[in-house]
Amino acid sequence: MVSTEKPQYRVIGTSPVRPDGVDKVTGRAEYGADIKLEGLLYGAVLRSPHAHAVIKRIDTSKAAALPGVKAVVINADFPAQASGDLDLGEGRANPMWLVDNVLAGSKVLYHGHAVAAVAATDLHVAEDALALIEVEYEVLPAVIEVREAMLETAPVLHPELRTNVRARGAPAAADRPTNVALHMRVEKGDVAAGFAEADVVIEREFTTSQFHQGYIEPQNATAFWNRDGEVTVWTSTQGAFSVRDQVAALLKVGVGHIKVVPMEIGGGFGGKINVYLEPVAALLSRKTGRPVKMWMPRADVIRATGPTSSTFNRVKIGAKKDGTITAIHAYLAYAAGAYPGSSVGAGVSCATAPYSLDNVLIDGFDVVTNTPKTAAYRAPGAPASEYAVEATLDEVAEALEMDKMDLRLKNAAKEGATNAMGQPLAKIGAVEVMQAVKSHPHYTSEIQGEDIGRGVAMGFWFNGGMETSSSATVYQDGTVGLVLGSTDIGGTRASLAMQLAENLGLTMEDIKPQVVDTDTVGYTAVTGGSRTTFAGGWVAYDLGEDIKKRLVDRAARIWSVPVDQVRYEDGGVSGPAAEDGSARRLSFQEIAGKLQGSGGLIAVSATSRRNTQGAAFAGHIVDVHVDRETGKVSILRYTAIQDVGTAIHPAYVEGQIQGGVVQGIGMALNEEYYYDDEGHMLNASLLDYRIPVANDVPMIETVLVEVPNPGHPYGVRGVGEVPIVPPQPAIRNAVADAIGVKLYHTPMTPARILDELLPRE
Amino acid sequence: MTTTEDGILIRTTINGDPTTFLASQRDSLLEALRERLNMTGSKEGCNNGNCGACSVLLDGRLVNSCLVLAAEVEGARVDTIEGMAEGEQLHPLQRAFLEEAALQCGICTPGFLVASRALLAENPRPTEEEARFWLAGNLCRCTGYDKIIRAVLKAAGEMDGKR
Repeated sequence: MVSTEKPQYRVIGTSPVRPDGVDKVTGRAEYGADIKLEGLLYGAVLRSPHAHAVIKRIDTSKAAALPGVKAVVINADFPAQASGDLDLGEGRANPMWLVDNVLAGSKVLYHGHAVAAVAATDLHVAEDALALIEVEYEVLPAVIEVREAMLETAPVLHPELRTNVRARGAPAAADRPTNVALHMRVEKGDVAAGFAEADVVIEREFTTSQFHQGYIEPQNATAFWNRDGEVTVWTSTQGAFSVRDQVAALLKVGVGHIKVVPMEIGGGFGGKINVYLEPVAALLSRKTGRPVKMWMPRADVIRATGPTSSTFNRVKIGAKKDGTITAIHAYLAYAAGAYPGSSVGAGVSCATAPYSLDNVLIDGFDVVTNTPKTAAYRAPGAPASEYAVEATLDEVAEALEMDKMDLRLKNAAKEGATNAMGQPLAKIGAVEVMQAVKSHPHYTSEIQGEDIGRGVAMGFWFNGGMETSSSATVYQDGTVGLVLGSTDIGGTRASLAMQLAENLGLTMEDIKPQVVDTDTVGYTAVTGGSRTTFAGGWVAYDLGEDIKKRLVDRAARIWSVPVDQVRYEDGGVSGPAAEDGSARRLSFQEIAGKLQGSGGLIAVSATSRRNTQGAAFAGHIVDVHVDRETGKVSILRYTAIQDVGTAIHPAYVEGQIQGGVVQGIGMALNEEYYYDDEGHMLNASLLDYRIPVANDVPMIETVLVEVPNPGHPYGVRGVGEVPIVPPQPAIRNAVADAIGVKLYHTPMTPARILDELLPRE
Repeated sequence: MTTTEDGILIRTTINGDPTTFLASQRDSLLEALRERLNMTGSKEGCNNGNCGACSVLLDGRLVNSCLVLAAEVEGARVDTIEGMAEGEQLHPLQRAFLEEAALQCGICTPGFLVASRALLAENPRPTEEEARFWLAGNLCRCTGYDKIIRAVLKAAGEMDGKR
């Protein structure tokens, strides 16, 4: 670990076994689909075979008549929705579009769009019933590709949609139907003047495929609408409160009547924030009076949830001979899928963020297409725009005959400089990360062998703050119960318990964390946005401060001494010496044992809304081999360097980085949505979509650079998202180095590489 | 195997326990385990043999339980994640997965543990490459496989050392 100004910690920086570990290695941990309730019904969803069609008629009578079928629902069973704005925690949603995505309204807008749902006594019966639902479609032409969707001649998804122009200096939108939902612009300085100063100007165009989050656990939901009107939803989600609020909005039920019980979650990566099945299961339960469990077949997960935007991005960079970047102009077009709301905003904000620039102009477009409505995916929006910038930057370095890291260091973002939006940067580790890349033995080593190349790239992600609540109770045996609203997606219980333990001078094992339902803890935003260890850590710290203060008060009362003479230190309370000269000292465990007899046990709660999260920077180095016969790219060595602030649980920080890197490798090399000319999605299975498997990748070396975040008591920065940003450009740059062929599309599949290598006919 | 009006009666041995259960002809072994026997440690990730989250041993052979019909286990021996720990003791692989932080969300973990157990039964000291090829049928989206492979190699060393 590379570390600066790090205090001595006792718990932070160790890697204990997680509190929920034994349940997860013995199969006892209860994920959403594992739930069993008395009288349980099974739900299944009928989906559209067309990418774009008007629903002329739905007849569910034959399905409803099948023995064992208890209810059938369609879009019309939901209350009507007006246009609005729902905060999902990582992204927003318009309830009018959200309800139509959950069950299609007058049109289906993508292959796999949900049309109707059935509840039956047995899953097989429910599936049989789907085949009995008659739907008459009027098929319309579909548009899949983002640039085609922007053409005036393109099929229109939403006739009422007009472009929302939030771009100073851009022409106002015409009052005619369009697929372009948003045109936004970020501008700083004068790019024309910047390009005029440049010695080298390079402009390139890039496209990226849609990528799916690829969590191994399919979406699931179980709901019970009791006959007193109280609704309970059990689901695997990144945000129980977000699910509650979405279900409440779609069903027009007050949030106080909906309890969401977060089950263990089998991966999310941003994809388990939007609701899909929860409101449908609730409707089916209302109709039947029985609990209804649903989970998605894998093909539905791929066709109808997630994915990222496919994108088209043009980047123009001007630089002087000494490497100073004089201007960057970017044009980013992101496919939102069936309804507006891609992550192009974050793509715009992040595109040039690793660098301090005087002249930047970035236009972003949010465009609807006949593909699944996109959802957040790990640093949503950032990988595509930063890929385009980092790949173009490599060509600038080549034109200037400059070391690739020297060019980046020359322009590195620094504390006090402003980003493209003109906001000043807080203390960040961009320079430290770039220097660590440049001096790393991987970067300085010789490349040996034929068709082997090396690439580097930087990455940036904001990280989130947002609202988190927790409560804690000191038990009489000296342990502390810690109640969390943040679902544990990969070590949350451990990382938050460790921060409370650190503050109280206890061990992680003394803290008993549990994740609870929405009736049992204060509002907590999603586990996402790399915010959980940061915001949850702040709350754990606040709880610790409160507990320490109360223990000091109690000790003063027990000892009959003034409060200001009692201190909390080294995991216990110390007071002034007694009259006989003996030291007054009670360990945490000792005073915990005296609480009941001296005024009662201590219970505290806290909420944090701090937004001092601190940004994350990453720099990756990769060596690849390209097989000229097959076009296959093999990753030979991979080093991921990242400013992690303070690593609370280093093994889990490494795991986040390694996992993010391998997802990025999938984007770079194999993962892709294939559509036919009518817009049918053709590869809806994990191995046809092709997420990386164990023998696709080597060990991923990590270097944790620790530049503590001054906005957090333990210096925490979010770590989870930024590692997915650099792999696409780093591998693309490495392939170019290996075989001298520059690619402008990800994934760089064997077929695309062979296309470049084989002689043209 | 007896066919009744309600389905078929299947007699098998699960984790050493003689077990009789009623299943539909269409039930996969995974469905029978999860929905009929309430043994939910085996997970459904794909239901088509891609992901390995439902891995079990059938007469000692590693299979995806989603690709086996429940009716096929008549008279067979099935070993699932629920039978991996013995008494108070975790299996060395389970311990190694915890110590090496080889799980994040944990949904793929039961399948990886069952598949790794089968690997070590066949090849007690696999190389990294052998472990990666054997486990290529188990998908993990969280870890990037690094810590899983380390955990398997560590457990192999411990178990082989005790032989």
